[in-house]
Amino acid sequence: MTELAERPRAQDPQAAIAAILQRRAQEPGALLPILHDIQDTLGHVPADAVTAIADAVNLSRAEVHGVITYYHHFRSEPAARHVVHICRAEACQSMGADALVEHAQNHLGCALHGRSKNGEFTLEPAYCLGLCASSPAMMIDDELHARVTPRAFDALIAQAGGAQ
Amino acid sequence: MTITVYVPRDSAALAVGADRVARAIEQQASARKLDVKIVRNGSRGLFWLEPMVEVQTPEGRVAYGPVTPADVPSLLDTGLYNGGAHPLYLGLTEEIPYLKNQERLTFARMGITDPLSIADYEAHEGYAGLRAALQMAPDAVVQAVLDSGLRGRGGAAFPAGIKWKTVAGTSATQKYIVCNADEGDSGTFSDRMTMEGDPFMLIEGMTIAGIATGATRGYIYVRSEYPHAIAALNAAIANAEAAGYLGADVLGSGRAFWLEVRKGAGSYVCGEETALLESIEGKRGIVRAKPPLPAITGLFGKPTLINNVITLASVPIILARGATFYRDYGVGRSRGTLPLQLAGNIKRGGLVEKAFGVTLRELLYDFGGGSASGRPIKAVQMGGPLGAYLPESQWDTPLDYEAYAAMGGTLGHGGMVVHDDTADLSKLARYAMEFCAIESCGKCTPCRIGSTRGVEVIDKIRANQNRPQQVILLRDLCDTMVNGSLCAMGGMTPFPVLSALNHFPDDFGIAPPDRQAA
Repeated sequence: MTELAERPRAQDPQAAIAAILQRRAQEPGALLPILHDIQDTLGHVPADAVTAIADAVNLSRAEVHGVITYYHHFRSEPAARHVVHICRAEACQSMGADALVEHAQNHLGCALHGRSKNGEFTLEPAYCLGLCASSPAMMIDDELHARVTPRAFDALIAQAGGAQ
Repeated sequence: MTITVYVPRDSAALAVGADRVARAIEQQASARKLDVKIVRNGSRGLFWLEPMVEVQTPEGRVAYGPVTPADVPSLLDTGLYNGGAHPLYLGLTEEIPYLKNQERLTFARMGITDPLSIADYEAHEGYAGLRAALQMAPDAVVQAVLDSGLRGRGGAAFPAGIKWKTVAGTSATQKYIVCNADEGDSGTFSDRMTMEGDPFMLIEGMTIAGIATGATRGYIYVRSEYPHAIAALNAAIANAEAAGYLGADVLGSGRAFWLEVRKGAGSYVCGEETALLESIEGKRGIVRAKPPLPAITGLFGKPTLINNVITLASVPIILARGATFYRDYGVGRSRGTLPLQLAGNIKRGGLVEKAFGVTLRELLYDFGGGSASGRPIKAVQMGGPLGAYLPESQWDTPLDYEAYAAMGGTLGHGGMVVHDDTADLSKLARYAMEFCAIESCGKCTPCRIGSTRGVEVIDKIRANQNRPQQVILLRDLCDTMVNGSLCAMGGMTPFPVLSALNHFPDDFGIAPPDRQAA
């Protein structure tokens, strides 16, 4: 059911990682740019890439693992085809974000950090998208949406890839 | 004749359909054989009117908003191109009271220019500051920043000139300018607007900082939640390089300055300056102990000037118009202007740049028009997730760093989150602790463990389990966090918690102090 949900892979992951390491490894403080490039290309940072990354930037595997797991943005497992971020911060709370998060969980059939019942969406909290004067705000993949009502949420989800 | 129409490209406009509006105008104009040029400007910051479309007329720019794609045909029918009447007609943009009553120094160009056009930037006083700085001795540039009274706009309000002087006075083979663009505070968006809507202003400020302190490399650390800001900065840097404003020989001065954008990865605490430096170095964003100060031992162990976006973006006008011009705005030791952000449950949310000294009440009602829900405003959180909840009795204090510190609050980055009377302050206090637990870097115990214990204690208070004892425990815990934490994350999380407890005891199920005494 969820096999189809991964991002389409344009290229062999090993080769993609090798190319990124080749391009970035000599930059000062290269680790975050490397991890971003890998995640942007593959949709996540595969656990089996840690050794190659560590070798390239002359760090221990533990240090690289520590960085990947420290930052909320990096994921070690593939996300669903679409990632939905709903802002939970104070400004959005003042305009009903808690209710929106609850509605989203019911509508998608999953908890925060989980994957929707149909496997199409990963639901994540965000702590501020910088749209605090147009709350509540959310993001589907890279597309921002403001003043989101539960009804607007359902429409956006349907548009992005069909709900249940 | 070409009709120039402006449709903002700011994230807050895109999030309510600005791209669709721009496409509709394009299609309708071509169907009617109208010669329309669409400029994707920054936002004026009147977010309740977004997407706000403007059109150039002989009398000045005229605004319409909020525009949906469905409004476009009727807008063109009624003569959008010559500022014709329409239900969405707002009049001359500059005459809209919300804008007219501001003192826009830093945001002077915001929403007026095409953010990526150097020609537009130059035509609106852009790069006048850098040109002036290049005619001055570096010490004089530092002195101008000192004399302006500019303080760190990220929240700590440390005098910017002192940092500049320290970096300038430290000799090293390499120095860095780092811009803290990890704007994670809820209720704030002035950094985002600057990067998306006037990126050259930030680039110019950083270049001036490089010239003044002898740094040749700069990094802008932008949070990953701001994809449009990252794209705009990268494009602006490329344009500035091509025009000779960045690179090995800035404007033929023989001085070098290179700039690079670094993307964060969703860690709030990376907005703390030393954690941010760790993150650029490719490590976990763990706070460093100070000293050594970043100005002496900073990025990659080298002297580093680290300032917030708005601090650096305030520098060009200080150099262009002089320190005195800037210092003449403001009150007490808070000089110049602060780009304030009205957010949350507010009718007219947006960006309001005012000189220090304005009151919260003026901002909430004269600018903001009261709550969005129409219900009474109960509390305002000033200064992000680490800022205090202010009850109505504190809304008349003039905005001033010292005055706010004196009442246990902070101006922070100038964000105000408005809550109406349906808000439960005990829930918001719990959220403050929860957020700290999620985002703590884990280095110091008061923050790492205190935040989790804080959530538990507030849960017990809310559930009325040994409430009086738990309140004492919560105050004790807050005291430990304030005095024992390494940085502001743990050290200021008690501000929203204690202010909620002190000003809204009913929400915690406890009687206010006067009723207890009775």
